[in-house]
Amino acid sequence: MSKVELKSHLPGIFYRRPSPDAAPYKNDGDAFAKGDVVGLIEVMKSFHEVKASAAGQNIRFIADDADAVMAGQVLAEADA
Amino acid sequence: MTIRKLLVANRGEIAVRIIRAAKALGLSTVQVHSTADTESLAVRMADEAVDIGPPTARKSYLNIDAIISAARATGADAVHPGYGFLAENADFADAVVAAGLVFVGPEGASIRLLGDKAAARREAIAAGVPVVPGSEGVVHDIEDALRVGGGLGYPVMIKAAAGGGGRGIRVAHDAGELTALFPQARAEAEAAFGSGGLYLEKYIARARHVEVQILGDGRHVVHCFDRECSLQRRRQKIWEEAPAACVPADIREELCTSAVRLAQRVGYRGAGTVEYLYDEDARWFYFIEVNTRIQVEHPVTEMVTGIDLIQEMIRIAGGEQLRFRQDDISIDGHSIECRINAEDPARDFLPAPGTISRLVVPQSAGVRFDTMLFEGYTVPPFYDSLLGKLIVHAKTRMDALQKLRIALDGLSIEGVATTLPLHASLANDPFVATGDVDTRFLEAWLAGSFPKERV
Repeated sequence: MSKVELKSHLPGIFYRRPSPDAAPYKNDGDAFAKGDVVGLIEVMKSFHEVKASAAGQNIRFIADDADAVMAGQVLAEADA
Repeated sequence: MTIRKLLVANRGEIAVRIIRAAKALGLSTVQVHSTADTESLAVRMADEAVDIGPPTARKSYLNIDAIISAARATGADAVHPGYGFLAENADFADAVVAAGLVFVGPEGASIRLLGDKAAARREAIAAGVPVVPGSEGVVHDIEDALRVGGGLGYPVMIKAAAGGGGRGIRVAHDAGELTALFPQARAEAEAAFGSGGLYLEKYIARARHVEVQILGDGRHVVHCFDRECSLQRRRQKIWEEAPAACVPADIREELCTSAVRLAQRVGYRGAGTVEYLYDEDARWFYFIEVNTRIQVEHPVTEMVTGIDLIQEMIRIAGGEQLRFRQDDISIDGHSIECRINAEDPARDFLPAPGTISRLVVPQSAGVRFDTMLFEGYTVPPFYDSLLGKLIVHAKTRMDALQKLRIALDGLSIEGVATTLPLHASLANDPFVATGDVDTRFLEAWLAGSFPKERV
């Protein structure tokens, strides 16, 4: 089975939920469509959505909520 | 002065600025920093540096316990909070004092009082400072709103009592719009702030942002005149001037003395800024809020008054009385500041962290660049995008603008995208040149006059 990698396009802080008290965009094991928002990157006090570059299922997050991430870093993996 | 060792609880250009001021006063300095700022200019300049945690501000620059522990460990006797982060956190000010240290700023009680918008407005009214006409507190229902709206005259602004930073604001142009917008605004305020409390204010269509710099020692207060900061994008100032060219001399006197009255009333200690809307058509000003900290744009005031505001803050915190009477302070010439941000104006101001490969700073009389940059420095993605402030000072506003154009041309920052091209365009814009702007000018100008290909 081929794998889908969801990467950050910006350096910054990765968040898995739209606001601190909201539910996560996706939970481990969820399926997603191309273009679905899977997280936010906070860079220099502005927030940018991370959108899935392809559809996938059984998402597994590698980066934790509020982790510092680099541009190009893999945030989550999933099955294609 | 009782202070010997000052801890800087901030980062970036303001940390550098505070260290310079402390050194000028003969103090030793401690710079606290996150692990993302180990290589920063402020850390290099300070006598000592203390790691206070990981990059996320919540775990470092907002971590009150870590900062106070660092002060204790290094034997610092005072803490300067800069702007942002904990600068207007009354609990931090109290914690610093409770630890037996000096907080370089107002008392926690002043921060708390003036940070509460409704309480600050009440103090302003009591001090005889004009406020934007509005409802007496929260408006309870549509009938109440329509009665208040009719009394104020349309258009009116609907604001969330618990809101801030422009969130939850709507403008109603007549009673029909007010009836339609009021329930929406209430639902949004409940969702966003957990409180549906709304109040109404008269809407000033062509407002300028003006503000007055104050200095107080807890007994006496003086003003250091005014600034104009109408050029804003998403309510962030990007260009500031001193004095405010739109304010006539007779109004300036009333404006500045009103700020002093308010500060005097609350026994203000330290540097502060009283912010106003200025209605050019009505030739009148209205109180907005008090900022109980040093502001980003303080250098334009320093340039025209010759007063080093950061040094004065430290002296006052150290127990000195004000060294100036009002008559000692005057305006000499005109000053303009441009905030140079690591943002790409051609890509909707996308933040642009990265490594500075080349830096050339113009050197000339009346030109100042407050920055934390050096060649090889990597701007981290975790904090705000301010790289530096280019400040010019000249005899007249026209001379200052010309000096600014030359200085902008001479400033070169390579390696990251910056807002320098935006400032170069603004410095050559005829509306900016004549000062014919208001707080909504920049966003309209960006939408119309700043096509991507011009950048």
